Amino acid sequence: MTSTLTLGPILYHWDADTKRDFYARIADESPVDTVYLGEVICSKRTPFFEKEMPDIIERLEKGGKRVVLSSLSEVVIRRERNMIRDFCQITEQEIEINNTSGLLHIDGRPHRIGPLMNVYNERTLTHLAAKGATHVTLPNEMPRDVIGIMADTAKEAGIGVEVQVFGRASLAVSARCYHARAHCRTKDNCLFVCEDDPDGMPLNTIKGQPFLRVNGIQTLSQSYVNLASQIGTMQDMGISHYRVMPQHIDMLPVLDAFSERLAGNISDDEAASRLDSLELDTPFSNGFWHAKPGYQRIKAHLGA
Amino acid sequence: MIRPDLVCPAGTPAALRAAVDAGADDVYCGFQNATNARNFPGLNFTPDEMERSVAYAHEHGAKVLLAINTFPTAGRFDLWSDAIKMGAKFGVDAFIVADIGVADYVAENFPEKRLHLSVQAAASSPEAINYYAREFGVKRVVLPRILTIPEIREIKSEIPCEIETFIFGNHGLMVEGRCSLTNYVTGLSTNMDGVCSPAADVHYDKAPDGSVATRLGEFTIDSFAPDETAGYPTICKGRYQAAAQEDPYYAFEEPISLNLARMLPDLVGAGVNAFKIEGRQRSRAYVQKVVSGFRRAIDETLEGATPDLAELVALTEGQKQTEGAFKTKKWR
Repeated sequence: MTSTLTLGPILYHWDADTKRDFYARIADESPVDTVYLGEVICSKRTPFFEKEMPDIIERLEKGGKRVVLSSLSEVVIRRERNMIRDFCQITEQEIEINNTSGLLHIDGRPHRIGPLMNVYNERTLTHLAAKGATHVTLPNEMPRDVIGIMADTAKEAGIGVEVQVFGRASLAVSARCYHARAHCRTKDNCLFVCEDDPDGMPLNTIKGQPFLRVNGIQTLSQSYVNLASQIGTMQDMGISHYRVMPQHIDMLPVLDAFSERLAGNISDDEAASRLDSLELDTPFSNGFWHAKPGYQRIKAHLGA
Repeated sequence: MIRPDLVCPAGTPAALRAAVDAGADDVYCGFQNATNARNFPGLNFTPDEMERSVAYAHEHGAKVLLAINTFPTAGRFDLWSDAIKMGAKFGVDAFIVADIGVADYVAENFPEKRLHLSVQAAASSPEAINYYAREFGVKRVVLPRILTIPEIREIKSEIPCEIETFIFGNHGLMVEGRCSLTNYVTGLSTNMDGVCSPAADVHYDKAPDGSVATRLGEFTIDSFAPDETAGYPTICKGRYQAAAQEDPYYAFEEPISLNLARMLPDLVGAGVNAFKIEGRQRSRAYVQKVVSGFRRAIDETLEGATPDLAELVALTEGQKQTEGAFKTKKWR
C-alpha cells in the first residue's frame, strides 16, 4: 500500500503574496503528492485569494501535485451557504467537505471528508462512503487504537484514510471571532486584524505559560502535533495519507523528513530526530495519539 | 400559533420529578456513561432509574427525551446502541443524537422513534439540518446558540422539522461537537467521553495573600482576589494574556448566563417549537424554580399578556446574563 504525503490547507490569514510564494516553493521544491487548497476558517477572507487560485492550481499541477479544493468549516450566513452550494458543483478538482451542509449538495458525487466532520466510528464512515465519500481525514483528537480500527473500516469501504501528522491541532471553532475580540472589534468590523498574526495569535495563561493560538474563529494548540515517530505503526495500520499542516516556518525540511520516512529511506527515530534538529520555537506534542492530554509529548520508548 | 414545548433538564430522578411537577412538557436526561454529553460523577440515570422516571413522566403527561449525544469511537459503538435499545425498551419518547452513525442506527432499528438532532451536531444552516432530516428522518433540531431571531425564522421556513432553541442556562461559545480543548488539557474528550472540564483535573491554588488561581490540569485558567469567589475553571470562560490586551482578559467569553426571558414573544413569533433550559448538572431546587418560572412566563406570553419577568431575571441575580447571539450579530 502506498503512503501519500499531503499538505493541508493554510489555516491562517496569510496575504496573497505570501501564499503565492509559499505554493510556488511547494510546487517546485517539495516532495508532497497532494495539496489541499482553499479557505477553511473564515468566509470574509476568501475574496483576497480567489483571483489567485487558478494560477496557483495550475502551478501546483504543473509541479506534479494533485490539488484538492477545501472548503469552509462554519456555514451560517447566506453568503457562506451560497459558497458551499457553488463549491459542491466543482468537477475540475477533487473537493474536501468540512461542513454537513456540503453533504446535502454533493448528493452522492465523489468527495473527500475533512477533519472537522466528526468521523469517529465505523458506522459514520460507512454511511459517508455510501454517499460518495472517497476519503476521510480523521479528527485529530483520535487515539491510536481507534485510528487503527478506522483504518480497517476505510479499507473495507475502499476509501482513503488520512491522519494529521504535523502542525497545530484545531481545538475549537466558534461563531465568534476571537481575533477581532482581542482587538475590541467584532467579526463584522474586524478589519482583517488576523492578517497580522501569520502563525496565529498567542494566548498565554495568566502565569505567562504559552497555551493556545487564536486564528479568527478558530482556536488552535500552541504545540505542533508531531507523529514522526509513529509512522511505521501507521503504515502497518494501513493509513493511506499523511497530512502536514502549513505553519509559518520553513516547511520544506519538515516535508522532506516525512517524505523520506514514508518512502522508507529513514527510520521513525531518524525522522523524529530530523524534526527535533530543526530547533523550532514551538514545542511538539503527540498526547492525543497516546490517549493522553493533547499537549503532552510522550517519548516513544514509554509505549511505542 | 405554535405552542412551544418547555424542555427541561434532569440530571437525577429527583430533578426529573421536580421538572415534571413544575410544568415541563419534556424532560431530557441520559445514562451514567459516555453516551451523553454531561457525563459527570453523581449525575444521570441507572437503567432502573430511567425506567421508573419514564413511567413517572408519562403518568404526569410529560415526555422523556433521552440524550445519546456524544460521538462513539470505533470499537465501542455497542455502548451507544445498548443505550438506545434500553431507551426504546423503557419507552422514551425521543432520542437526542449528534453522531451520524448513531442517527443511522436509530433510523434503521427504531424507525418509529422520534429522532432529535442534538446541538452537538452543530447544524447551523438549513442545508445541514435538511441532510439529517432527509437521511435519518430527524423530527426536531436543537439549534446552536449562535443565531439571531431573523436567522432562526429563515431556517424554520426552509426545513421540514421542528426547531428547539436554548432560552436559559450556560452560554456555550464554541461550536458544539467541535471542541477538544478539554482533551488537549486533560486527556478526556468532550466528544468521545462526554466530559468538559472534569472535576478531577480542577485545582484551586491558594496563594499566601489569599488570592486563588484556578487551574485545569497544568494550565491556569483564571485568578481571583482574596475577596472574590473563584469560578469553576472552564477553558472558554477563562482569562488569558494576549499582546493586544494590556491586562488578562476573557479571550472567548465572560462567565455569563444565557437568559432569553425577555425574548420569548420574538422566539414564538419566529416559529420556535420548543424552548430548552440548560442545566442537567443543577440541583433539584434550581430546576424547580427555573422550570416553574418559565412555565408561567411562557403561558402568559401565549395568552398575549406581558409576563412579570422579575423572578426569572432574579434567577441569575449576582451573575451577568446575556441574550448572546440571539439579540445581535455584534456578538460575533
